[in-house]
Amino acid sequence: MFEAVFANLTMMSFSTATYALIEKDVRSELRTRYALNALLMFVVTAVSTILFALRSDNPSVELLSGMYWVVIFFTAMSGLSRIFVSEEERGTVLVLQLIASPSVVYFGKLLFNSALTLVLTTAVTVLYMLFFPGFLIKSYDILFCTVLFGSLGFAASATIIAAIIAKAGARGTLYPVLSFPILIPLLMTVMTATARALAGEPLSNAIGELQVLVGYLLVMVAGSFLLFDYVWKD
Amino acid sequence: MNDILVRAENISRTFNRRTIFSEISFSVSAPGSISITGKNGAGKSTLAKIIAGVLSASKGEIIYELDGKKIDDERRKAHIGFVSPYLNLYDEFSAMENLFLLLRIRASRNQFSGKIEPLLRRFNLWERREDAVRAYSTGMKQRLKYVFALAHSPSVLILDEPTTNLDNDGIKVVKEVVREQKRTSLLIVATNDSAEAAWCEKSIQL
Repeated sequence: MFEAVFANLTMMSFSTATYALIEKDVRSELRTRYALNALLMFVVTAVSTILFALRSDNPSVELLSGMYWVVIFFTAMSGLSRIFVSEEERGTVLVLQLIASPSVVYFGKLLFNSALTLVLTTAVTVLYMLFFPGFLIKSYDILFCTVLFGSLGFAASATIIAAIIAKAGARGTLYPVLSFPILIPLLMTVMTATARALAGEPLSNAIGELQVLVGYLLVMVAGSFLLFDYVWKD
Repeated sequence: MNDILVRAENISRTFNRRTIFSEISFSVSAPGSISITGKNGAGKSTLAKIIAGVLSASKGEIIYELDGKKIDDERRKAHIGFVSPYLNLYDEFSAMENLFLLLRIRASRNQFSGKIEPLLRRFNLWERREDAVRAYSTGMKQRLKYVFALAHSPSVLILDEPTTNLDNDGIKVVKEVVREQKRTSLLIVATNDSAEAAWCEKSIQL
């Protein structure tokens, strides 16, 4: 019985600490705009450039869905690493190492990055729907599941890679280079699923892709959680 | 009074194949104090970080015991207060925001929030408690680090270069804190200054 009470208390302090860490990151982000400005500027410039490049062309749904995720990939690469890099650069990482367990830090940062990625994908989706007449969503259920699991998968990979590169030099270059091979399976799957959503296929046709996305997410979160202890402490 | 003990067993640390120090062993229990001294580059700060649990030893182990029972890595965080020149608080937040957010991340806000005001007053920061830390001088930031380190009543206080950037008033308060800490709990000081090293009963020379 005591063990159950103790486990419950530990779980409570874990969730309190994780929530406080997320609140700290949200408040810090709203004041410093370390990641948010980088993400939004990148989205606007990337979408504008594609818009100018395509002009009056009528691209296929495969091409549109590919470019949609390319924008999300490079935008995420420009902003998601800040979650650990800014702590390292400002010397605040030591504070977190002193007060929080690695699991609190990992899940706090993962949830923050997940929220940021969901905001990013929503912004890109809205811009695409507004400016690309060919980006006409016919299967909302497929797109919703793809964006949700794709964004969470992106955030899971981005978070652990950010933790790894925060300790290294040449972080800006290293981040996309390290992320790309890890994200290839995710990118290929979300591109196919998005093309299905634009083509108006039924949800049953995209079950295979969605299973891959959920599997990818679970593997990344479990692997990252096990690895994080070693990455977090020098 | 806390019956806490810190024991280092054959601690070695290597950076890029260069051995900073090797086979360091000591034991110190509360109430008590120990200083870590040595030349520049001898590894005083590195050893302080290893004791605080924010850096791994290449070899050996740091053991914390409370009432004769070993404390695991996660639980020992609640017992450690650490002040160091290379530890920075969040400069976009005020002192109050920093302290309350960090106590909440420790999941110990309810227990210790009553200590914040007396500590801020003691370190003469109460009037500036709502100012962003980025507007603080380096001495005020150092005082705030003490408030952060003491807010959860640590059983083990680790001070690395304890009086860096402090004025005479600040040094006086630190000396009082040191006296209280070593009377009831455990104090570890890493320093080059022989006067600061003399605060402690035991000493390790690196």
